[in-house]
Amino acid sequence: MVPSPGVPKTLVVVGNGMVGHRLVEAVRAEDTGGSWRVVVLAEEPRPTYDRVALSSYADSWDASGLELDRADYAGDDLVELRLGDAVTVVDTERRTVTTGSGHEQAYDALVFATGSRPFVPPVTGHDLPGCFVYRTIEDLDAIRAAAEHSASVRGRRAGMVVGGGLLGLEAAKALRDMGLSPHVVEMAPRLMPLQIDDGGGALLRRLVADLDVTVHTGTSTERIERDGDRMFAKLGNGTELDVDLVVFSAGVRPRDDLARAHGLAVAERGGILVDSSCRTAVPDVYAIGECAAVEGRCYGLVAPGYSMAEIVAAQLLGRDGTFPGADLSTKLKLLGVDVASFGDVHASTEGALEVVVNDAVSGTYKKLVVSDDAKTLLGGVLVGDASDYNLLRPLVGRALPAEPASILAPSGGAEGGVGVDALPDEAQICSCNAVSKGAINEAILAKGCDTVASIKGRTNAGTGCGSCVPMLSKLLDSCGVEQSTAVCEHFSQSRAELFEIVHATRITTFSELISRHGTGKGCAICKPAVASILATLAPLIGTPNHILSGEQATLQDTNDRYLANLQRGGTYSVVPRIPGGEITPEKLMVIAEVARDFGLYTKITGGQRIDLFGATVDQLPLIWRRLVDAGMESGHAYGKALRTVKSCVGSTWCRYGVQDSVGMAIELELRYRGLRSPHKIKAGVSGCARECAEARGKDFGVIATENGWNLHVGGNGGAMPRHAQLLASDLDSETLIRTIDRFLMFYVRTADRLQRTAPWIEEMEGGLGHLRAVIMEDSLGICDDLDAAMAKHVGDYADEWRGVLEDPEKLSRFSSFVNAPGAPDPTISFRTEREQKVPVLLGVPEVVSR
Amino acid sequence: MTAVTDVSEPQGMTWTAVCAEQAVVPGGGVAALLPDDQQVAVFRTVDDEFFALSNIDPFCGAAVLSRGILGDSEGVPFVASPMLKQRFDLRTGSCLDDDSVAVAGYPVRLRDGIVHVGSP
Ligand code: SRM
Ligand SMILES: Cc1cc2nc3c(=O)[nH]c(=O)nc-3n(C[C@H](O)[C@H](O)[C@H](O)COP(=O)(O)OP(=O)(O)OC[C@H]3O[C@@H](n4cnc5c(N)ncnc54)[C@H](O)[C@@H]3O)c2cc1C
Ligand code: SF4
Ligand code: FES
Repeated sequence: MVPSPGVPKTLVVVGNGMVGHRLVEAVRAEDTGGSWRVVVLAEEPRPTYDRVALSSYADSWDASGLELDRADYAGDDLVELRLGDAVTVVDTERRTVTTGSGHEQAYDALVFATGSRPFVPPVTGHDLPGCFVYRTIEDLDAIRAAAEHSASVRGRRAGMVVGGGLLGLEAAKALRDMGLSPHVVEMAPRLMPLQIDDGGGALLRRLVADLDVTVHTGTSTERIERDGDRMFAKLGNGTELDVDLVVFSAGVRPRDDLARAHGLAVAERGGILVDSSCRTAVPDVYAIGECAAVEGRCYGLVAPGYSMAEIVAAQLLGRDGTFPGADLSTKLKLLGVDVASFGDVHASTEGALEVVVNDAVSGTYKKLVVSDDAKTLLGGVLVGDASDYNLLRPLVGRALPAEPASILAPSGGAEGGVGVDALPDEAQICSCNAVSKGAINEAILAKGCDTVASIKGRTNAGTGCGSCVPMLSKLLDSCGVEQSTAVCEHFSQSRAELFEIVHATRITTFSELISRHGTGKGCAICKPAVASILATLAPLIGTPNHILSGEQATLQDTNDRYLANLQRGGTYSVVPRIPGGEITPEKLMVIAEVARDFGLYTKITGGQRIDLFGATVDQLPLIWRRLVDAGMESGHAYGKALRTVKSCVGSTWCRYGVQDSVGMAIELELRYRGLRSPHKIKAGVSGCARECAEARGKDFGVIATENGWNLHVGGNGGAMPRHAQLLASDLDSETLIRTIDRFLMFYVRTADRLQRTAPWIEEMEGGLGHLRAVIMEDSLGICDDLDAAMAKHVGDYADEWRGVLEDPEKLSRFSSFVNAPGAPDPTISFRTEREQKVPVLLGVPEVVSR
Repeated sequence: MTAVTDVSEPQGMTWTAVCAEQAVVPGGGVAALLPDDQQVAVFRTVDDEFFALSNIDPFCGAAVLSRGILGDSEGVPFVASPMLKQRFDLRTGSCLDDDSVAVAGYPVRLRDGIVHVGSP
């Protein structure tokens, strides 16, 4: 129905999941004339969120990370969102719906977007306390509360997940993140029975077993019992599990009950029956998303739901829309293991052939399903390394560009000739948002998009799960758009290239480097970047090894130039190193006396040490003289360098500790102190899996095990928090340190300017697997070099502050005014707050306007 | 600090001798106090040209410009504030990142290896 201009008609959307939200967005984006008013009636207590990413909630327990854009429709008068009030009655005669709270709402068009509910098999005991499902933020909160309760009463132990599909494995990951050892019980003979085949399932099982997930396949769950705080589950194969809680994740069922109860037809296997335009048999009533059975078939993924939302929006606005069918391909990272499947996974097409490469050593399984003449790609499965997925999926149903076996060969993607160029224009690059290669190329060539960000803005590609983003940048390349990796206008090279140039040519000054390899005089971007490279390579190429020597001083950002952090107001802070957070009372007293004598504001930092704020430039050497004399040294809080290695108290004192985490943290901090790097480096060492040192939030995090140490890499806090990923398990101390040496040196050599370890690993071709190969298996043959470089660094380390105090020339630079040393800066003044001095905020002076 | 009045160059300027030439390293800057408590930043480029600007960063009010990094952008010599990195043209004081903002510029001259800054 097409509304006429004038009074808006009312569209009622039942359900505010991802698909219902997409419908509202699509209608509001296009309905500029305001012909529809939208009322959204939602059962959940909070605005829609990213359910696809639900498991990441267990990383941070911060629900804001799941927020979707414009979820509260703020500022849009034509959308009304009623939360926490489910629709209970639908009257299609009177064209009204009524909610549980009694609110009645008339509609001109009604859309069901009620999603699915988790299916809980009718096992005896399935409704006991301690049994959960896995679909909403509230479900995860409940699971977490139970896990914490059981940790408090009996020490955290194990959890059971019923269902070994995609969601079951996600649930297992969430349990593991909560500190429980997960058991996954699957009826089918393999994990992820729908998406992958036996070979892939077997490998996946092995890989997840390495991650402390115990898999029980080919067996049912017979009975669940509760005894006090414990739960016992009896499996069909006789196994008994003693667990803290049970999560059911055995599939979903469409929520068609409301529609069914009010006279709408449902499909044979459930789901509100709609035609290919998502219309029910009742005029102006539609169903979309997981609750809809389009021509009898339900879809449990978000992308098909989105296309249903788009076609209903089109019809409401007077256009046609038919469901194009769905691409059920999936690519995910389950517990850090890549899994992808696409097209005819099970080779059910007549005459289909399978080509399989099963590499047990590297832990990868790849299968292509091809037509009987081996010319057309029909589908495939990738486990362990899914990097070829983005190129293979769009080729389904098309001619293969090379022999199947050569495509599957290691790093086949490139060598086997499958590149973006091989894809036809209709190939879908972004499956979340159904954007074709043609549409993206048009955005690049006709609309002038020259960055991934601008393609996202114009086409929506890449704004869903993000897995197609690498393809977007490949398409930019293939359209001849150069995506600059240049450091700045003075150097066309990337930071990594400059590093290699300096390493190879042994140029030791910025002026020589820029005159030979750059243009102009430099700027505040390239100068500190080159200064950092010169400092890292100093022990190898013979740069004067103090960062303030000669010309180097003028390259440094103010923090490095004054070996202190600049604050608003222009004063500096002082942070002595406190390795591992361990400090003697004597040193604490010296810090206290210095703070008192110089009137410094004192605060414990988030990095387990003490920051003294409010020092003026000329006070810095006097302060450091006292600290250095007491045996302390620079903490590099100012540098793009190692900051802290945080530790927990560990086995020396802690009841649970299994290794000496403090000792290890101190050893690591002293080893890597002073290493100049592309960005700051932080680390942590925990004495057991309770992880009190938050090591997984660090660039490298070490967690003690009974047998040694687990090493995690690529974590950070900041605006884009990341959990570090497991690189290697149960290392002895020597191997641990050698691996970290190589990790850091490889990072320092190849990362971009201001790129922390997480994005560095993410952007590395081959990701964590490649990193592991390079630094643990020496796949590039550079490990000796990395080891030697680190040994040089460790041997050549000297405290920077001591270096300043011993050199009158360097000392002379620490003065407030060149013509009035010691005169106080008249713009700096302090007041007192909570018994300490704090700066008086500066009134911003009048500026000369032009 | 010594203030001298000079009648030759720009009329009515008070010239303050702030430091010896070699106290400012090429590519670096120093802060100086003028007799009326104005703070200036004196810079020396790698080509040995001297410039002086107000030391106060107009975006944050702190007297820090002398501690910024020097550079050039399309031939324009600048200092980047160490605070939030806005760049100021060393010759005119105008901000390269926000053309509604500028800092005051001061004339500089060298006499017998001594740097003098002029103020009205
Ligand atoms: C002092 C401290 C806050 C505190 O009072 O606790 C602090 C203070 C500053 N942090 Fe921080 N960060 C401090 C711990 C942290 C932590 C927590 C930690 O280290 O465990 C984080 C999150 C963890 C992480 O980095 O992954 C943190 C994430 C940041 C970030 C975001 C980094 C990112 O990758 O996104 C910045 C900005 C940056 O570095 O570009 C930042 C930058 C800064 C700067 C340097 C901003 C600046 O340039 O002026 C602040 C300097 C204050 C000063 O004048 O001394 N600070 N900062 C902490 C010093 C720790 C230490 O002992 O060295
Ligand atoms: C942990 C997890 C991981 C997933 N991972 C992926 C993935 O990687 N890729 C992928 O494509 N899909 C994934 N999915 C599936 C995806 O989340 C769903 O396909 C998608 O959310 C369906 O959207 P929907 O709007 O149809 O349903 P839902 O998101 O379920 O929303 C329906 C909403 O309607 C509400 N509702 C129901 N009845 C009423 C009523 N009577 N009145 C008012 N409101 C009502 C419900 O409370 C709910 O908020 C995952 C799902 C989960 C749980
Ligand atoms: S992480 Fe450290 S402090 Fe925390 S429980 Fe384990 S050993 Fe104890
Ligand atoms: S495929 Fe998910 S965002 Fe493009």
